Amino acid sequence: MTNAAGFPILSLITWLPLIGCVVIMTVRGDEETVASNARWTALWTSLLVFGLSLVLWFQFDTAEPGFQFQEHVSWLPEFKVGYSMGVDGVSVLFVLLSTVLTPICILSAWEAIHTRVREFMMSFLILETMMVGMFASTDFVLFYMFFEGVLIPMYLIIGVWGGPRRVYAAVKFFLYTLTGSVLMLLALIYMWVQAGTTDFGGLMQTHFSTAAQTWLFLAFFASFAVKVPMWPVHTWLPDAHVEAPTAGSVILAGVLLKMGAYGFLRFSIPMLPQASAYFAPFMFTLSVVAVIYTSLVALAQTDMKKLIAYSSVAHMGVVTIGLFTFNIQGINGGLFQMLSHGVVSAALFLVVGVVYDRIHSREIARYGGLADRMPSYALVFMLFMMASVGLPGTAGFVGEFLVIIGSLQVNFWLALLGGMGMILGAVYMLYLYSRVIFGRITREDLRNILDLSPREWAVFAPLIVLTLWMGIYPSSFTRYFDATVGQMVQQHTAALAQTTKLAGDLH
Amino acid sequence: MNWTLVLPELVLACVAMATMIFGVLRKGQDNTLLATMFALGGFLLAGVLVLNRGNGVGFSGQFLADPFSAFNQILILSGAALASILALDWNRAQGIARFEFPVLMMFSTVGMMVMASAGNLMTLYLGLELQSLALYVLAAFARDDVRSSEAGLKYFVLSSLASGLLLYGTSLVYGFSGTMDLNALRTLLMQPNAVSPGLVVGIVFVLVGLAFKVSAVPFHMWTPDVYEGAPTPVTVFFATAPKVAAMSLLLRVMGTSFAPVVGAWQSLVVIVSIASMLLGAFAAIGQSNIKRLMAYSSIGHMGYALIGLATGNAAGVRGTLVYMVIYVFMTAGTFGCILAMRRKGRPVEQISDLSGLASNDPILALALAVFMFSLAGIPLMAGFFAKLYIFFAAVQGGLWTLAVIGVLTSVVGAYYYIRVIKVMYFDTAAEPFDQRPAGLSFVVAATGLFTAFFFIFPAPIVGAAQAAASVLFR
Repeated sequence: MTNAAGFPILSLITWLPLIGCVVIMTVRGDEETVASNARWTALWTSLLVFGLSLVLWFQFDTAEPGFQFQEHVSWLPEFKVGYSMGVDGVSVLFVLLSTVLTPICILSAWEAIHTRVREFMMSFLILETMMVGMFASTDFVLFYMFFEGVLIPMYLIIGVWGGPRRVYAAVKFFLYTLTGSVLMLLALIYMWVQAGTTDFGGLMQTHFSTAAQTWLFLAFFASFAVKVPMWPVHTWLPDAHVEAPTAGSVILAGVLLKMGAYGFLRFSIPMLPQASAYFAPFMFTLSVVAVIYTSLVALAQTDMKKLIAYSSVAHMGVVTIGLFTFNIQGINGGLFQMLSHGVVSAALFLVVGVVYDRIHSREIARYGGLADRMPSYALVFMLFMMASVGLPGTAGFVGEFLVIIGSLQVNFWLALLGGMGMILGAVYMLYLYSRVIFGRITREDLRNILDLSPREWAVFAPLIVLTLWMGIYPSSFTRYFDATVGQMVQQHTAALAQTTKLAGDLH
Repeated sequence: MNWTLVLPELVLACVAMATMIFGVLRKGQDNTLLATMFALGGFLLAGVLVLNRGNGVGFSGQFLADPFSAFNQILILSGAALASILALDWNRAQGIARFEFPVLMMFSTVGMMVMASAGNLMTLYLGLELQSLALYVLAAFARDDVRSSEAGLKYFVLSSLASGLLLYGTSLVYGFSGTMDLNALRTLLMQPNAVSPGLVVGIVFVLVGLAFKVSAVPFHMWTPDVYEGAPTPVTVFFATAPKVAAMSLLLRVMGTSFAPVVGAWQSLVVIVSIASMLLGAFAAIGQSNIKRLMAYSSIGHMGYALIGLATGNAAGVRGTLVYMVIYVFMTAGTFGCILAMRRKGRPVEQISDLSGLASNDPILALALAVFMFSLAGIPLMAGFFAKLYIFFAAVQGGLWTLAVIGVLTSVVGAYYYIRVIKVMYFDTAAEPFDQRPAGLSFVVAATGLFTAFFFIFPAPIVGAAQAAASVLFR
């Protein structure tokens, strides 16, 4: 039960939000009191969780590639399944990303959500438990529980507080994701039966036959590709994003999309090395199609949120290219791109949320000339827009650049086509920016629109700092996953070399 | 020895008869509360006696007291107790409160307990008939209601047919093997060349008769109508205890006597299971009445539970037993919520009547949401673990077709479960429901907590199921 921190820190940050949830549930009084208490309890709980998660940031040993802060309690003894928690270089920053974004989301929903505030805050805290638990679990069954458990709060967040077509979007989100997940469940059970354990370490040491790996990879693909989302199973994402409330979109883009890519990196690549190598060209093809096709689709959008949703698909395409290059630069780049996308796309959805709260429209044509009335807003928007495009000095650049270097080692055309995303990204983002921010104000109600409020500044400030920090000094983030990724690449190469040798022996 | 083994059944039967005499003597007064209390006391006492009963074989092999029968009997008693608590307030509100109701439930429960510990095809039939006769009357208990009488008659006709098939199967098995003792049959079938075609036909008839009782496709036709027509507390009872009893019989007969010839019946169970899962998933989509929806849902769940039997090993039986425990509690809870659907003294049962429940009655909506997510098999809820153990057994046994169809139909099923949640949480509020009786709140809270927090400490139930399952497929 003990670990480097001396107490079960991961369990604490996983389950603390649920305690906040129970506190909110017990609040009594009239609607206004309940709403206000729920907001404050949720904010303080999530800030406390964030504060605790900083222990991971400071005490994480970056030289150690394995799991740290490990906890283990026997849970299903007859199946050798334990409640095992731990973080390694790959997952530690995603735990932090989740704990950073949750208070930001709660703050951004302060005024935007005014019906059933108590339930909203409870859903968000449950969501935080699921997200953190998913990244912190080192047991497959536990991982799966959190992975699918995310569906429940997210379904409610989209369906209750969403836009006009929320029911369609929520049900589509739920069923798409569930279909993928249940196939992964079968893969999980197969690996469980074969390996006799569901511990990550034990599974990684088990060798699965090449034929089994193919099926397992496809089952994982069904689940993770939907979550990433990869083309052509991305169609739930624009619907979910458009209908979800701002805070829901932020967490969806910021953390939930990372669950798929994290899954590929955690399971497919290290546990199924031969199948991953075999399917890499397939993954590259889908990713390149995603990058180019969804960028073009984004260009044609008239709804701001939909545009950013499609840009997310394109950016996540870059991530999957990076992960399946199987070299250090590529995987590092993919991971960095996941983090930067988590911050930047989350921020972009907040940016849209700011004007949506004022005008209640997301139509691009509805806006124009906002620079006159909202100079600070225009500045913030520009920063995140540039980061999304991948301007050097912002978070977006580092990841894309590393992925291009990594993919050059695989194939020139892959690098070229994957890199197209940066060019097309610049086109649609700049076009969006110019239509919303520049030009003349033609609409009456835009003439007295207000600039960012102090609360909104508080929401954006941490994201601005992170975006610049990640862009200017990326090493303070990459050092966390260098060791783990290095070991992963080494093991992957070794596993493949073994197969080649076996094949050679047979000849 | 014999009499101490059947003590729980004897005690419950005596309590039932005493209650009946008591009710007749106090004619003209309101005896329902007292009779229900007697019934609950009887269930509790029988449960304690079951837990303290030693293992053994009674009445020269006719009666088996082992961990398997104890596990199922406790589950049957819990289901019966939950149903009687729910029935008390409902029957009063509907004006059908009579002391015979708990008495019939007790007799039927005695029958089920005999079923769970039957060691002979004859004891099996005895228990089955005692159970069924009481159930026919219960289904038609609201005798002034056309739908209830229709449900009772329908159940009577179709169930008698199934009993006939079972009896015919039993006679064939006896004719071709010369014994009706389950363990003796097993020893006989272990001999090479002991299986004659006539015996296989007999096994198929026995299987069909029992499949009818668990309402597995294609012997499910009575279920939606009986569920919808019977008074709702009776539906709760139908959906829980008799299912457990019939499933335990199925497991016992197949897992003991016919275990040596698993190849002869396995494919049949696989087909029945697939058909049940598919029908349960697809037929429920179009339902607007929540009781009918639950009927199709229970058909689907029986399909999942049968996967465990289809594997033909003890791990599969363990999966089925865990599935039945979780199924009983989440189903009883769901019906508790359905019983709370009452406006201006009249029960309502359309799904659309739940519209906006989350704003009128957040606690009830939360409970029903927990049950729906659990029935859909979403993690953290108990229903997920039920499916996990079942699919584990299926994959271990190499039954990939069953496993893949199972997970995919669970996605289809999820559609209609989350539609109920959609109606409660996303739609605008309708009129609030009437005040809930305390008994109902108790049942919903207890089963809801079990369903939501099963994941924290699953070991005792899984351990007990393991012990129970180890008796079969030795």
